[in-house]
Amino acid sequence: MTKPLTMVEIRGVHKSFGSLEVLQGIDLTIEKGSVTVILGPSGSGKSTLLRTINHLEKVDRGHVRVDGELIGYRQDGDRLYELHERHVLKQRAGIGFVFQTFNLFPHLTVLENVTEALLRRPRAEAKQRALDLLDRVGLADKAAAYPRQLSGGQQQRVAIARALALDPKLVLFDEPTSALDPELVGEVLDVMRDLARAGTTMIVVTHEIGFAREAADSIVFLDGGRILEHGPPAQVLDSPVHDRTRAFLSKVLS
Amino acid sequence: MSVLSEARAAPPAAETLTVVPARHPWRWVGAAAVLVLVAQFAHGLVTNPGWDWGTFAGYFFERSVMQALLITVELTFAGAVLGFLGGIVLAPMRLSRNPVLRSVSWTYIWVFRSVPLIVQLLFWANLGYLYDSLQIGVPFGPGLVHFATNSLVSSLGAALIGLALHEAAYAAEIVRAGIISVDQRQLEAAAALGIPRLRQFRRILLPQAMRAILPSAANELVNLLKSTSVVYVLAIGELFYQVQVVYGRNGRVVPLLLVATVWYVILTAVLSVFQHYVERHFSRGWRK
Repeated sequence: MTKPLTMVEIRGVHKSFGSLEVLQGIDLTIEKGSVTVILGPSGSGKSTLLRTINHLEKVDRGHVRVDGELIGYRQDGDRLYELHERHVLKQRAGIGFVFQTFNLFPHLTVLENVTEALLRRPRAEAKQRALDLLDRVGLADKAAAYPRQLSGGQQQRVAIARALALDPKLVLFDEPTSALDPELVGEVLDVMRDLARAGTTMIVVTHEIGFAREAADSIVFLDGGRILEHGPPAQVLDSPVHDRTRAFLSKVLS
Repeated sequence: MSVLSEARAAPPAAETLTVVPARHPWRWVGAAAVLVLVAQFAHGLVTNPGWDWGTFAGYFFERSVMQALLITVELTFAGAVLGFLGGIVLAPMRLSRNPVLRSVSWTYIWVFRSVPLIVQLLFWANLGYLYDSLQIGVPFGPGLVHFATNSLVSSLGAALIGLALHEAAYAAEIVRAGIISVDQRQLEAAAALGIPRLRQFRRILLPQAMRAILPSAANELVNLLKSTSVVYVLAIGELFYQVQVVYGRNGRVVPLLLVATVWYVILTAVLSVFQHYVERHFSRGWRK
């Protein structure tokens, strides 16, 4: 059903909040090892789409598969049975998620934030793994600090290390630099570029067009809950098909 | 204009300027007035024979008072532990998506906050009039084990049940306040990491909720300590009942009320010190 090279398969996904239909039929396939950037005006459904991929948001219609596995449901014939929460939690462990507002645990140290998800590993092994990851985001020396003692950029890098702790096959980024002071955006994007180079499959909702142009394999432009454009950066950014895309790009690039 | 030009004409060297703090003469007047009142009260404590410090000293460590003090401490401790265990169950119930659990919890809190503690205690003590025997068995079916109510629920048991049920209603609201004070995104982050529900509650939610829970919980604990004096209506020999027994015998009302008062003050002080250290433990990560 799913090709072996496909990491994420989104088919006919609809989602409403009350009377507002935020996603109006999304079809999207994402390859293993690729970096996909989702662009779009606010309210276009970018974050909602990202959150359906790890079932933080339930879909009303359609389905999402990650690495061939149906997310949040079990299929039996032509029926989808909603999975019990503990099974969904297990599925989520394979999908990293980085939030706009970091959402680090303030009462735990940086090291404990990263080891918190590693509950099934021996303590020493979990600690070593966390230190390696903190080293990878350049914050090994902050292991004993509390989140509140770090800058926004450093907190987001810890959040990325935390999302990587369980060795996810896919990492989702929900506007990871939107809550940062402008001079701190670069350090977070640097870490994300490193991840992209290492072959991590990433889906990134962002307004950083520069990052999209240079790190993305494909760009999705979303507007009003539909995909208007999907293609390589050069195509979507330089010769978009739709007027809406052109209008949006001229606003964010000016 | 002329002032400005004058200042410009002779600019003083900045380092030679002296800062003179503003004077506050009324602070001194206020402080003196309050100190006079305090001194008058202290003088009265020493010179007024009505305080009868000799009797106070004689009964402060007296054996029956010590036993009563122990019962007060035990009732407070047991009431707090049972009450907060109840609160930890009732608060998530009230926040549950299950409408039955939510309504049961809401109704419980409504009823037990409505009934005055003293009235509730008398109800429990008179349970035997309502149900002369209690049995365990199939609901609406045959009973398996029978007890006589009065042998099962002693007056101390009635006091403890009353305090714990009363306390659980208040504790539930305190715990609920703590839970809703935690940013929902914390649970979302834990869910995204695939952390199991119970561990989310224990490791992520509760430690953060404790910061909001502790000041109110300590308040409630101090309240409970003093509420134990209400169980005197069931003739239980706690601190307040015991000093009443003594002054009923010897007529020295004021010094014996003072014995109870000073013990309540000391116990509250101990709880306050305890509160300080527990709060410090849970402020980890928030201190600079």
